[in-house]
Amino acid sequence: MPVQVRRLLLVFAVFIGLMLVLKYFLTPESWREYGPYRGNALLEIAEKEAKYVEMETCAMCHDSIAEIKTQGNHKSIQCEICHGPGYKHADDPENNKMELYQGRQFCLRCHTKNAASPKNIIKQIDAVEHNEGEECITCHNPHQP
Amino acid sequence: MNKYESLYEALANLDGFIYPNEIALNWDLLIVMYPYITGLVAGAFILASLNRVFAIKALRPTYEISLLTALSFMLVATMPLISHLGQPLRFYEMLITPHLTSAMAIFGFVYLWYLMVVLLLEIWFDYRYDMVIWSQQKKGFMKFFYKALSLWVSDTSKESRKTDEKLGYFITVIGIPSAFLLHGYVGFIFGSIKANPWWSTVMMPVIFLFSAMVSGIALVMFIYMAVSYLRKMKIDMNALDTIAKYLFYILILDFTLESLDQIHRIYEADESFDILKLLVRSKLFFTFFIMQIGTGTLIPITTLGFLQFKKPREKIRKILYLIISICVLVGIFYMRWNVVIGGQLFSKSFYGFTSYKVNLIGGSDVSLSLLWFIVPFFILAFLLWLLPPWKKHAADI
Amino acid sequence: MSIEKDDFSRRDFIKSSGMFAGGLVLVSLLNPLKLVFATKKPVGKGKWYGVGIDIEKCIGCGSCARACKIENDVPKEPFFFRNWIEQYTITNDGQIIVSSPNGGIDGFKQPVPDEEIYKTFFVPKMCNHCAKSPCTQVCPVGASFESPEGLALVDQNYCIGCGYCVQACPYGCRYINPEKGVVDKCTLCYHRLEKGLDPACMMACPTGARLYGDLNDKESALSVFIKENNCAVLKPQLNTGSKLFYNALSQEVH
Repeated sequence: MPVQVRRLLLVFAVFIGLMLVLKYFLTPESWREYGPYRGNALLEIAEKEAKYVEMETCAMCHDSIAEIKTQGNHKSIQCEICHGPGYKHADDPENNKMELYQGRQFCLRCHTKNAASPKNIIKQIDAVEHNEGEECITCHNPHQP
Repeated sequence: MNKYESLYEALANLDGFIYPNEIALNWDLLIVMYPYITGLVAGAFILASLNRVFAIKALRPTYEISLLTALSFMLVATMPLISHLGQPLRFYEMLITPHLTSAMAIFGFVYLWYLMVVLLLEIWFDYRYDMVIWSQQKKGFMKFFYKALSLWVSDTSKESRKTDEKLGYFITVIGIPSAFLLHGYVGFIFGSIKANPWWSTVMMPVIFLFSAMVSGIALVMFIYMAVSYLRKMKIDMNALDTIAKYLFYILILDFTLESLDQIHRIYEADESFDILKLLVRSKLFFTFFIMQIGTGTLIPITTLGFLQFKKPREKIRKILYLIISICVLVGIFYMRWNVVIGGQLFSKSFYGFTSYKVNLIGGSDVSLSLLWFIVPFFILAFLLWLLPPWKKHAADI
Repeated sequence: MSIEKDDFSRRDFIKSSGMFAGGLVLVSLLNPLKLVFATKKPVGKGKWYGVGIDIEKCIGCGSCARACKIENDVPKEPFFFRNWIEQYTITNDGQIIVSSPNGGIDGFKQPVPDEEIYKTFFVPKMCNHCAKSPCTQVCPVGASFESPEGLALVDQNYCIGCGYCVQACPYGCRYINPEKGVVDKCTLCYHRLEKGLDPACMMACPTGARLYGDLNDKESALSVFIKENNCAVLKPQLNTGSKLFYNALSQEVH
């Protein structure tokens, strides 16, 4: 074999060997555990803290309000949709308060008249005609509308 | 926020409806540079192979210049990609744990193959004898450097030169399909995205390949003229005329293929056609009709065609070739722009457009793109100093 | 020329480096340390998640998009979304108006008066968690993958931020998080599913327009929903295996 070819084969063997060594050391652990990805990624994604705690957790302390809510039209609505995420409050109720009523615009997000919104699903009002400027909770109890 | 200023501007310039996440163009100018640079590599190499494999002797004066140009741009080819990554330090993951169904992952290996096995080897075989002679003539660090470059193979016999010649020819023969693979692959990276109808066509790899060849040949034409001027060497007009002839032929092929793609699209007029028609006519009017087709294709084709029949004086031809090569280089850049940027300007909902403005002053994508385009010229200057083609010893085998 | 002496020492060096390289190659192929780790059981437990959306029940309140942004720390600026709502208005003279102001988080306004409207509805959008997802196909490093339960997830500690998956998603569900430089998308609140909670958007919907469930379980709410309604997926011609089933999907929706 000519000397050039021998020398080149050696150089390529070294290069490929280097690549394989790097591949061994740099491939992350848990690679290909379930498929062509890092298996640990599933655990890392699952570790994230949940911010919304859902109605059952709220009802553990606020049972009277939960009871009232089950009798009105808002019974299927999660508390946290209006009051914001509850994870901080559930951990430390004294120091972390939830949001309360946020004004007329907040209720109108759902209840404003819009032709695309199915009339059989939700009651809609015209924001201009229906007591413009008044706060909704003056007349309506949000927990039992 | 200054960082997001461009996004707010795009939001103000919305046309119709886009999916909310489409407001940001993820593949910006840097991703336009990447197929442009790899295309220059493939094209320059094809010109070199025209001489080596297809025995077009008129191109001999440009053989080494083509190869060294290809190498200079090849070394920089991945830099626009790495600069663009959201996490550039993790780029090695593509080589260590490539996801084999991804065209981009396979490209890492196609790139390595082409760089190591084709380009470097061909240049090595062509220059090995000269590097040994130069190592004997120089002293000190340069002596060691040339010895190292020749991999300490100091054989200068006639047989070894014959082996070099044979192996170099063999590598060039492999190199031609490899060059096709290199740039066809880039086309495939775009052409395989079924989500984007502007990109998703079978013709994409072919179009990319032929426009790459056109740009590479124009680049070598330009560099040959520039280097000869800077070194005050006489230009071999036969070589230049032959380059122009091949540029003309491949331009015709490229134009035919691109026209075929567009005509097919217009004739079939599937569901994406209405938004794409608006895209080309309004958003891409300047870059498509005036720059890519007008400046980049029609002007060069008509001029070169005219030159095939009537050859004016040498001086006029040189000026024409200079202008044409620049026109083609600019035109092919805009072709890449139209594909990459154009494909992101319209919404996948087919209901609207977003916008993209290049910040000519202070935009990081502009400065990086310019950098990665200019650096290869410096590398080429270094290579031409290190491995001067005009100081090569005649191949008297 | 003292070739023999040079060659001998050079040959030695080449031999020893060759053996060293060969040894390294062998070691890397054997991979002894892998045998020490025990394989964990896949967390899928045989589930195959899908999503259902009932367009006839969506009121366009934006609670789902709002809850998702809060739950998943989606950057409020500059306005990327893991899910959003679109309002389609088809006028009497055939014009199609589509809008999604801030993703629908603040609710919608009617674009034209009632008399001019032929047809109008809301369409919530989110990741379709495709079974044959083009986004996982094109990821060059395997950071975008399909979990054993059929969810398309992103390994943000491995993603290089190339944006190929963003280009490949036909539904526009992905975006590059400007602060982290990696790709972000809907995970069907995988972190909540593991804790036995519902995804934020499902929990937030006041009318029950959104549901999710196990497609393998033919008694699940989702399977019943698909059985009892005429469901369709977005862009079926692209064969993405989309697992987001819409009831009453109109042909103007892309």
